[in-house]
Amino acid sequence: MRAFSLIRCGLAFVSLACAAGLPAAAQGPQTTPSTWAPVSTPAHEIYGLSLFVLLITGAIFAVVAGLLVFVIIRFRERESDAKHEPAQIYGSVQVELAWTVIPILIVVVLFLTTARIIFAIQDEPKPQSALDVTVIGHQFWWEFRYPKLNVVTANELHVPLSTHRDPEPTYLRLLSADVDHSFWVPQLAGKTDLIPNHPNEMWMDPQKPGLYLGQCAQFCGIEHAKMLIRVYVDTPQEFDEWVKEQQQPAVDDPAVAAGRHIFESEACANCHTILGTSAHGTFGPDLTHLMSRSTIAAGAAANTPDNLRAWIHDPNTFKPGVLMPAMQLSDQETNEVVAYLATLH
Amino acid sequence: MADQTYPIPGSFDATPSRGAAMLEWLHSWVVTVDHKKLGILYILYALVFLLVAGAEAMAIRIQLAVPHNHFLSPELYNEFLTMHGTTMVFLVGMTIIFGFGNYLVPLMIGARDMAFPRLNAFSFWMTAFGGLLLYYSFIGGFGLYGMGNAPDVTWWAYAPLTAKAFTPGHNTDYWALALIVMGFGTLGAAINTLATAFSMRCRGMTLLRMPLFVWLMVVTSGLTLITITPLTAAQVMLILDRYLGAHFFDAQAGGAPIVWMHFFWIFGHPEVYVLILPAFGIASEIIPVFSRKAIFGYPAMVAASVGIAFVSTTVWAHHMFTVGMTSVSNTFFVLSTMMVGVPTSIKIFNWIATMWGGKIRFTTPMLFCIAFVFQFLCAGLTGIMLSIAPWDWQLHNSYFVIAHFHYTLTGSFVFCMFAALYYWYPKMTGRMLSEKLGKWHFWLFLIGFHVTFDTMHFLGILGMPRSIYTYEPDRGWTTLNSIVSAGAFIQAIAVLILAWNLISSYLHGEKAGNDPWDAWTLEWATPSPPPAYNFAEDQVVRSRRPLWDLKHPNDPDWKYER
Repeated sequence: MRAFSLIRCGLAFVSLACAAGLPAAAQGPQTTPSTWAPVSTPAHEIYGLSLFVLLITGAIFAVVAGLLVFVIIRFRERESDAKHEPAQIYGSVQVELAWTVIPILIVVVLFLTTARIIFAIQDEPKPQSALDVTVIGHQFWWEFRYPKLNVVTANELHVPLSTHRDPEPTYLRLLSADVDHSFWVPQLAGKTDLIPNHPNEMWMDPQKPGLYLGQCAQFCGIEHAKMLIRVYVDTPQEFDEWVKEQQQPAVDDPAVAAGRHIFESEACANCHTILGTSAHGTFGPDLTHLMSRSTIAAGAAANTPDNLRAWIHDPNTFKPGVLMPAMQLSDQETNEVVAYLATLH
Repeated sequence: MADQTYPIPGSFDATPSRGAAMLEWLHSWVVTVDHKKLGILYILYALVFLLVAGAEAMAIRIQLAVPHNHFLSPELYNEFLTMHGTTMVFLVGMTIIFGFGNYLVPLMIGARDMAFPRLNAFSFWMTAFGGLLLYYSFIGGFGLYGMGNAPDVTWWAYAPLTAKAFTPGHNTDYWALALIVMGFGTLGAAINTLATAFSMRCRGMTLLRMPLFVWLMVVTSGLTLITITPLTAAQVMLILDRYLGAHFFDAQAGGAPIVWMHFFWIFGHPEVYVLILPAFGIASEIIPVFSRKAIFGYPAMVAASVGIAFVSTTVWAHHMFTVGMTSVSNTFFVLSTMMVGVPTSIKIFNWIATMWGGKIRFTTPMLFCIAFVFQFLCAGLTGIMLSIAPWDWQLHNSYFVIAHFHYTLTGSFVFCMFAALYYWYPKMTGRMLSEKLGKWHFWLFLIGFHVTFDTMHFLGILGMPRSIYTYEPDRGWTTLNSIVSAGAFIQAIAVLILAWNLISSYLHGEKAGNDPWDAWTLEWATPSPPPAYNFAEDQVVRSRRPLWDLKHPNDPDWKYER
């Protein structure tokens, strides 16, 4: 009986967590990267499939766990039992055949349903209107290139809204500059790995504007945990404006020429690009429009002057083990560089 | 031969001092070729590393209990993550199954020892020193961050992160070399088990009269031979890449990181079955005894085991649904993976049918086995969910996967190992484990297990990826992570109770006698602990349950077995 009540408690706990936690999380703040709050076709189809599979596996669970619970209650040894051993049964071909065939039938149903969705998502033909973005994984940040639009940015991906009337899906070409990574924004699509020498592709057609969060899903080294992704789904007008802004070279404000000079003459320029200056490094994120991003360090910190200062002083503050070295600038130099960066809208 | 000891030259007179006697006792364990002593050594070794890897898991859970925690540095977290996985699979899982296999296979088939006693000792010490080599990295592995670094590339160690360019220093070398060394030990143990089961059986024991545990050890050993080979090959390629400039996995020179994934998972997935099949065997021994019934559908159980082993070699790329395979290959691996569900459901139904109509005694080993059946059912169903490739694109590398394989490896495998400890401890030591402590251990571990791993499923669905040393507070994962960590503490307490029970019962436990559980296989026909020669006379069997035949001469099994 104790086993029975414990299993019941367990089940009650699980269903309670289901009832209380998940819907709340799914409908709560949009920043929760739940796989059960889909806003894009691939994520939607996966969600629908997952409910179907849950239904079938739930039914199997109810039957088999029910049998198990029944057996351990009904056939427990009682004080009143006669002392001899129970009847010995060695097997039954009919019964065993039945519980071989039924699982096979269930497998067939699940397999056919799954195969349909695999082909629907993976082999979906790419429409003319699709936007191309090349995603390049780096230890520990994301590079986003829009080859047709001549835009390069990092860590915060902007994609246009895609509606049924006006479909504009985004096709991501996934590359890696160093080790394996995996691009995962649960509300938009399943994950796909970024593997060096092995270009991959995935697509999404977000149908609701907003900010969607995700992060690297393949262990890629010491700061794997802080390789976060922010995807902004913009309305077409917003997106066009954003693209226009990103295509501009960097703002050149004479008031911060000192900071710019330090940036160009110190090691900064070896790794970072700022369009319109002599900084053409490709090892770190493009900073031409740094101020258009709300975070730095692949989402590890908010993009504020204080955080920038701390970051330049020692990146290990936010991301111990990050590949950017502490820049060894004086406080005044740091302030000047931060002042310069703050103009890069 | 079996338990012979040799005096250490130099210092002994006729009556050795207490210290010298101690030394000789120790020496007898070091040089032993007795399968029972080696079996116990394997099991003790596994239990010690269970505590070590468990402590690593506790550190991981403390770190993750709250977001942005600073309990562990990222370096140390990644090391603990890697070492927890590697230790649990290779130093706990692989050693404890061959521990029980070593101890029980000869006894169950009425043999005097394993087929190759010296190979047996060699295998154990290779495994043992491989483990020590791995752990020596904590003090000796000069890595990127200075002195003393354990491997930190996760236990699946995907290329090219393991290349010299991304992991300088020697921590990855410790990992690769330790696995090669342990691999030799494991191969030796597997060959030995196969030879023993095929050529050392007592008179009358046909293959289809072998106890199911022996059958499952045979299947596991066969599978071990198939799976350790690609692992060793991959490690050798890795070492060549790192030191001799080969380019197997080096993407910058045209190598293919995907090749590592294939090699690793061709090993890695059957490896799960290498571990779980002996657990099936243990459940198939214990459930009948405490249901007081013969196992239901013995031939189907054997066929299902062999079937699982076969199918398990065709499913590896379901770990790779997200690496960008074609839709057709994805579809193939969906089907092959789902097919595993057929033989495993046969097994679950047969265990339930064995209990059906029985008189179930809720001893500690039986409790662990019943919980195993329940958890293995859940693990199988979440396995089906993960086999659905599109859903796996979401769930892969999330906490859902962690929950799933801990249901398999903790909820199923470890539960069966605990059951086996309670069931065969009396045979190994001559004393019973305390049932009272056993029940405490069981219930606490069960509750802790469910609090931890049930909750992890939801974290996965909420989008939390695995192997991250910290997480952001705004993701809605904080409460669930705290619950997971709380459950981990409950499990830790339960394991400490087990450790206490093992020690105190050894000293003060109730005497067991030959056959404390009123069981039916041959190991219970000899004293506890068995003498070095196992059986005073050659055994002759006429059925799968020789002791049942002895106890019920009017109603023996051989009249009815099919």
